[in-house]
Amino acid sequence: MAVLLLGEVTDGALNMDATAKTVSAVKALGPVTVLCAGAKAADAAAAAAGIEGVAKVLCAEDASLGHRLAEPTAALIVGLAGDYSHIAAPATTDAKNVLPRVAALLDVMVISDVSGIVDAETFERPIYAGNAIQTLRSVDKIKVFSVRTASYEAAAQGGSAPVETVAAAGGSDLSNWVEDKVAASDRPELTSAGIVVSGGRGVGSEADFALIEKLADKLGAAVGASRAAVDSGYAPNDWQVGQTGKVVAPDLYVAVGISGAIQHLAGMKDSKVIVAINKDEEAPIFQVADYGLVADLFTAVPELIEKL
Amino acid sequence: MKVLVPVKRVIDYNVKVRVKADGSGVDLANVKMSMNPFDEIAVEEAIRLKEKGLAEEIVVVSIGVKQAQETLRTALAMGADRAILIVAADDVHTDIEPLAVAKLLAAVVKEEAPGLVLAGKQAIDNDMNATGQMLAALLGWSQATFASSLDIAGDKARVTREVDGGLQTIEVAMPTVVTVDLRLNEPRYASLPNIMKAKKKPLEEKTAADYGVDVTPRLTVVKTTEPAGRKAGVKVGSVDELIAKLKDEAGVI
Ligand SMILES: Cc1cc2nc3c(=O)[nH]c(=O)nc-3n(C[C@H](O)[C@H](O)[C@H](O)COP(=O)(O)OP(=O)(O)OC[C@H]3O[C@@H](n4cnc5c(N)ncnc54)[C@H](O)[C@@H]3O)c2cc1C
Ligand SMILES: Nc1ncnc2c1ncn2[C@@H]1O[C@H](COP(=O)(O)O)[C@@H](O)[C@H]1O
Repeated sequence: MAVLLLGEVTDGALNMDATAKTVSAVKALGPVTVLCAGAKAADAAAAAAGIEGVAKVLCAEDASLGHRLAEPTAALIVGLAGDYSHIAAPATTDAKNVLPRVAALLDVMVISDVSGIVDAETFERPIYAGNAIQTLRSVDKIKVFSVRTASYEAAAQGGSAPVETVAAAGGSDLSNWVEDKVAASDRPELTSAGIVVSGGRGVGSEADFALIEKLADKLGAAVGASRAAVDSGYAPNDWQVGQTGKVVAPDLYVAVGISGAIQHLAGMKDSKVIVAINKDEEAPIFQVADYGLVADLFTAVPELIEKL
Repeated sequence: MKVLVPVKRVIDYNVKVRVKADGSGVDLANVKMSMNPFDEIAVEEAIRLKEKGLAEEIVVVSIGVKQAQETLRTALAMGADRAILIVAADDVHTDIEPLAVAKLLAAVVKEEAPGLVLAGKQAIDNDMNATGQMLAALLGWSQATFASSLDIAGDKARVTREVDGGLQTIEVAMPTVVTVDLRLNEPRYASLPNIMKAKKKPLEEKTAADYGVDVTPRLTVVKTTEPAGRKAGVKVGSVDELIAKLKDEAGVI
């Protein structure tokens, strides 16, 4: 048995947190080979080689792999698949774009958002927005799955795996990259931050969302948002936490002006400590909060910022 | 151009899901079922393409139990033209896997030759997020997932995708499979006259066997359990008390 792990490479850099957590998840299944693909991927490959528990790194550099497009990336992985019993990746939007395409080309099912690996054939994953956990056994020849990184600790640094170069499968004219709109930020990344402060519809406007950001900065936290806050234009889409946004499990999650809909809870209920600030004492968020403060956020949050 | 929209019948997103005590699954008996919310968005987008003169016909397809007829009627009432029901299970608890669904959809695509398939990004029951990508793979087509905007010009579609880092815009060759995210549009409600009209729109019934597709699952469900619960904690009376608890009791700040 051997595992091919698709490293999370964006613009030539490895997302160390997501990749190292996935290494922890899969290393019991067999030797782990990390694939780093991109227009530039050598730096990412070198970084991946330093993750403890990685047996080998494959580096594929080609212009066609530059923008994480599904078609050339899937073709590359399918070309390598024969050597592996498992193909895995962190459950990011990039992996969710590519892995099902890989699986269908191999005529196997994909298993998304794995939260527990029982043995080489048996996997646990949440369904119904995390309201149930399913244990699945796969009969497929190759298991293709994405891993919910919030469920794992990152593998340590200190490895020195060999790096080999592999050729891209070749470009296709099916899709072309046009642009990325990425907001640069000095804040910690949402899915790996130790503290997350999220705002909801209760915040009321884009201008007032600055209050949430200020509290986050005071705590050295990442900023999150409910879907309602994103839909209302208070916060960008990549801040959304929940069933259809990001899944986070920080040491501390502070929900401000968020009611606690099941779809939101799906993305944060595994946080170690949850704080809710909401003016409605009946808000469902209080049912999962370790510490609830029934208050108007416009008085409580400034006071919190001042006193922290 | 013809647009194909796969729509899934799922438990309504407002229903509190109950895991059966014997671990065999989730209780769907006498539970409100609806169209997957993402698929409503896909149907709405197809209707808007038709209204803009970019699409001539909207065909909706559902795969599953006979009751998925209702889901298809809802799509017809919203404005789809024609429906295909592929009966692949008798028991409402049987979920057809994305790979099998994609194979059936690929067979429908061969017959119907649409220029565009608009699917949901994920079904809110299995949360798999796979079918559209699998369909594109089986057809050898381009794919554009998690779309929050879609512009079609000639033989190309420009799609903005919601990704972890923000937004990515790509241009894909048509025909293509687009999976839609929540912010693409706001779906309309079907009006009463349109609900009445939908009853007369064509709904063709097929079986998985008609397409020669084996729907035997590749993943067997060993058990379904309730997640570890979370208990409500305490209410604090003031900001000072909150800070004290976080420092001294929880030790997180
Ligand atoms: C298919 C699907 C997928 C979804 N995916 C997600 C997802 O990934 N993430 C997500 O978050 N949602 C998701 N949703 C939406 C979800 O169902 C809720 O609608 C959403 O989470 C509500 O956001 P909210 O709590 O910010 O808004 P509301 O429910 O409107 O709550 C606002 C809260 O703010 C409080 N408030 C108002 N003013 C103040 C004040 N001055 N001070 C203090 N408190 C105040 C109110 O008491 C209220 O509790 C999804 C829905 C669907 C159908
Ligand atoms: N049984 C089904 N019938 C029709 N469409 C489906 C079915 N299953 C999945 N789909 C489509 O594929 C999308 C993604 O579903 P999934 O891959 O299961 O998360 C859904 O939003 C639908 O558009």
